[in-house]
Amino acid sequence: MADVTLKVWRGDQGGGDFAEYTLVGQDGEVVLDVIHRIQATVAGDLACRWNCKAGKCGSCSAEINGTPRLMCMTRMDTLPEGPVTVAPMRTFPIIRDLVSDVSFNFEMAKQVPAFAPPPRPPDGYRMAQIDVERGQEFRKCIECFLCQNVCHVIRDHEDNKTHYAGPRFFIRFAELEMHPLDTNDRRELVRQKAGLGMCNITKCCTEVCPEHIKITDNAIIPMKERVIDASYDPVAWLGRKIGRRHKATPSEAAAHGG
Amino acid sequence: MTEHETHDYDVIIIGAGGAGLRAAIEAKGRGLRTALVCKSLLGKAHTVMAEGGVAAAMGNVYAEDSWQIHFRDTMRGGKMLNNWRMAQLHAQEAPDRVQELEAWGALFDRTKDGRILQRDFGGHRFARLAHVGDRTGLELIRTLQQRAVSMDIDVFMEVKVLRLLSDAQGVVSGAVGYWRPTGEMVVFSAKAIVLATGGVGKSWKVTSNSWECTGDGHAMALWAGADLIDMEAVQFHPTGMVWPLSIRGALVTEGVRGDGGVLRNSEGRRFMFDYVADMFRAETADSEEEADRWYADHAAGRRPPDLLPRDEVARAINTEIKAGRGSPHGGVLLDIASRRPAEYIRRRLPSMYHQFMELAGVDITTEAMEVAPTCHYIMGGVRVDADTGAATVPGLFVAGEVAGGMHGANRLGGNSLSDLLVFGRRAGMGASDYASARSGAPVPDQGEVELAITEALEPFERSDGENPYEVQEALQDTMQSLVGIIRTGEELEQALEQLDVLRDRASRVVVTGPRAYNPGWNLATDLPAMLTVSRCVTLGARDRKESRGGHTREDFPSADPEFGKVNLVQRQPSGGGVAGEIKIGPEPIPQMPAELASLLEESH
Repeated sequence: MADVTLKVWRGDQGGGDFAEYTLVGQDGEVVLDVIHRIQATVAGDLACRWNCKAGKCGSCSAEINGTPRLMCMTRMDTLPEGPVTVAPMRTFPIIRDLVSDVSFNFEMAKQVPAFAPPPRPPDGYRMAQIDVERGQEFRKCIECFLCQNVCHVIRDHEDNKTHYAGPRFFIRFAELEMHPLDTNDRRELVRQKAGLGMCNITKCCTEVCPEHIKITDNAIIPMKERVIDASYDPVAWLGRKIGRRHKATPSEAAAHGG
Repeated sequence: MTEHETHDYDVIIIGAGGAGLRAAIEAKGRGLRTALVCKSLLGKAHTVMAEGGVAAAMGNVYAEDSWQIHFRDTMRGGKMLNNWRMAQLHAQEAPDRVQELEAWGALFDRTKDGRILQRDFGGHRFARLAHVGDRTGLELIRTLQQRAVSMDIDVFMEVKVLRLLSDAQGVVSGAVGYWRPTGEMVVFSAKAIVLATGGVGKSWKVTSNSWECTGDGHAMALWAGADLIDMEAVQFHPTGMVWPLSIRGALVTEGVRGDGGVLRNSEGRRFMFDYVADMFRAETADSEEEADRWYADHAAGRRPPDLLPRDEVARAINTEIKAGRGSPHGGVLLDIASRRPAEYIRRRLPSMYHQFMELAGVDITTEAMEVAPTCHYIMGGVRVDADTGAATVPGLFVAGEVAGGMHGANRLGGNSLSDLLVFGRRAGMGASDYASARSGAPVPDQGEVELAITEALEPFERSDGENPYEVQEALQDTMQSLVGIIRTGEELEQALEQLDVLRDRASRVVVTGPRAYNPGWNLATDLPAMLTVSRCVTLGARDRKESRGGHTREDFPSADPEFGKVNLVQRQPSGGGVAGEIKIGPEPIPQMPAELASLLEESH
C-alpha cells in the first residue's frame, strides 16, 4: 500500500497548529485507524475521543478535510489523494488536539421537559407501528453533535448559545411532540427558549448527519409549522383556553391536513 | 499529600451503561444523594452497541411464553452453571422492566395490534426480544439517560476510577480516580458503591468491545477483597465482521439469523445441521425444509440449528474455518440476501446494512456477509447476592456484565439488556438500603488514596521504559492466541508465564505529554486491570478441566458433571493490586429448589 499522510490539529485553548504524520496505508482502513496507529507509534498523547468504532456511539466527531464527519466511518480510500487534514469540531471550545468540550449539549439536554405519558392502561400502551416510526427516525440520533457543530447560528455566533438549542434538540423536541403518548406541550418553549425561529433552513445539519436523519424536512419544518399553529391559530388558541386535550397522533394529524 | 478534590454522596455508581444508569435512577428515586461516574461521555457506554433486543417473556407474539420457559432457556443456555435465583428473578422481572422503559419514552417496534413486537433469537424457545430494528441498545441507553437527566442525577463524565477505597473496618467507602480532560485527581466518599463497569473484551485482539471494556470493575472488586466466580466463562460471539481488517471483530447481530439469515461454508452447505449437540437435538430441525417452516410458524417445525446458543454456533464456525471450508477473508458466509426481500432486510437490519455498506462495501441485500467469532462478553464476574447485588465485601454492590452468576457458562442473546435492567434496579435498591442503614460518614483510608495516585502518576516520572500501546498489543496477542475460543492446558500455562512478563513490562511503562486528555497515560492506567482480569480468566480456564458453555478445552472436550456442581472462586486475600497473589478454588454452586428444578426437566 501507498503511504498516507494526515495533518492533525494539535494544541489546546492557548492555540495550536497542524502536525504532519506519514504512515504506510492499510487496506480498507478508516481515518480513526490511522489516528490510532499514530498514537501507538509516535504520539502517545495525541488526544481523540472514540468508543465503539462502528458508527454507533457518536464519539469520534471531527472535521476531516474541512467536513464534519465521524472518523470511524470515513474510509481513507474514499478521500481525495494527498494529505488528509483532521481538526476538532470548531463550534465548541477545545480541550486538547481533536477533543472538544461538548458540555453545551449536555446543558441543553437538561432543559428539555421529560416525556409524560398518561397512566398505563391495564393491558399496556398500544401504539401503531406507523405512529412510532416518526419518532424512531429521530431516536436514531447518536449524539455525535456534528449537526450542532455545523449549524451557523451557533458556529458563527457564540452569543446565540444562550438561547438556541440547535438541530440535535430540535429533533428531540420533535420526537417528543410526535410521540403518540406524550402529554407535555413544548411548543412555546421551543419557540421562545430554544430559538427554533432562528433556524433558516439551510439544511447543513441534514447534510452532515451520519444517521441520515432528515433533520430539517422531518423535524425542524414540521415543528415550525406546529409552533406557528400554536401561537397564531385562533382555534388552537381557544383550545388552550378551554384546556389541553390529548395530542393528535401523527396519523390523525396527517388526516387533518396538519 | 497529593492534591485532589473530594465529593461525598450516599450512593456512587461507577459506570453509566444500562446497569449503572438503571441503578442510579433507582437510588435517586429513593431519595438518596446519588452520583454517576463514567469513563466516557454520558450515553456512549458499550450498551449503545447492543443490537438485537431485550429478552422478556411478555407473550406478545407467542402467548404461550412465560417466565418459567425463559428461566428454562436461560439455565440450559448457561449449561446449568447459572445462579438459579438470578435466572429466576431475571425471567420474572424482565417484562416489567421493558414496560417501564416504554413509560419512560422508549419507542419499540410494534405488533399489528399495537403492542411491543418481539423477535426470535438463539436459544429462546419463543420470539421474545423487544427491539428497535437492530439498534436496541441505543434506545435503551438513551431512554435511561434521558430519565436520569430529568431526575437531575449528578454525572461525573470522563472520570477514570483507579481504585475502590475502604474504611478502617474494611467497608467499601469510596473511590479514587482522575478527570480525563484535565488529569486532575478526584476522590469520592460514599456509603455504598455500585460497580457497573461492564466487560473485559479489550484484552483480546478480535473483539466486539470498545476501548472502555478493560475490566476495571472486576479488577477493582478483586483488589478490594471481593470474590470473582467463573472468570473462564468468556463468550465468543459467533458472528463478528472479518474484513476489512481494521473493523475485524465488529458485531453482526444475531438478529440476522433470527430474521431468516443462515450460515454457509465455502461449499454452500448449511453446516449448522452437522453440529447439533445431543442436549438440543429434540428441539432442533433436522432438515432445511423443517427449519424454514419454523420462521413463519413455530408450531410448523423445530428451530433452525443456526439459532442454537452462541457457544455452539461459535465452535461450529471455528471448526469449519479450521477445516478449510472458510470464506475468502477467513470467516464463513452469513446469507440473508438470498432468503429475504431487500426491503425487509433494510427495515429490520438498518445498521447492519449501513455498517457493511460503508465499511466493507458489501450490500447485504444482495451479497452474503463474511463472519467469524469475536470476543464479546464475560459471563464470569463478581460474586453477588441475587436479590440485592451485594458483593462479598460490605458496602459494594455490583450489576450488569461485571457481576457473575446470572448467565452461567454461556449467555443467551438478548439476556444482557434485560440483565442490566433487572439487576441494575436491584443493585440500586440494595445500595440504597445499605446506605440508609449505614451510620456515620464514610471515611476512606487516606493511605489507599495516596497509593493509588502515586501509582497512577509513576509513568510520568520515568525517563525511559515501555510503550503502553506495545504492552497492550502484546497482551491482546497472548489472550487471543492462548486463551481464545479453544483452550489447552499447555497453552494456558504458557499464557500465565507471558502474563508475568507483561505485568513486569507494565510496571515500567513510560508516558509523555501533559496529564490533560492523554490517551497514552489513560491506557497506562487501564493496564493493571486488564492484566489482573486476563490472569483471572487464564487461571479459571486452567482449573476448569472440562468444556462447558463459552469455555472449551481441547484436552477435556466434554462437560464433567463434577465441575457442573462448582463455581471456580477467585480472591486476593492480601490485596496488593495487580501485583497481589490470586487464590482460586472450587465452591459448590447454590442449590436449586425442587420446584424450579422440575421446570428444567419438563419436556416441551
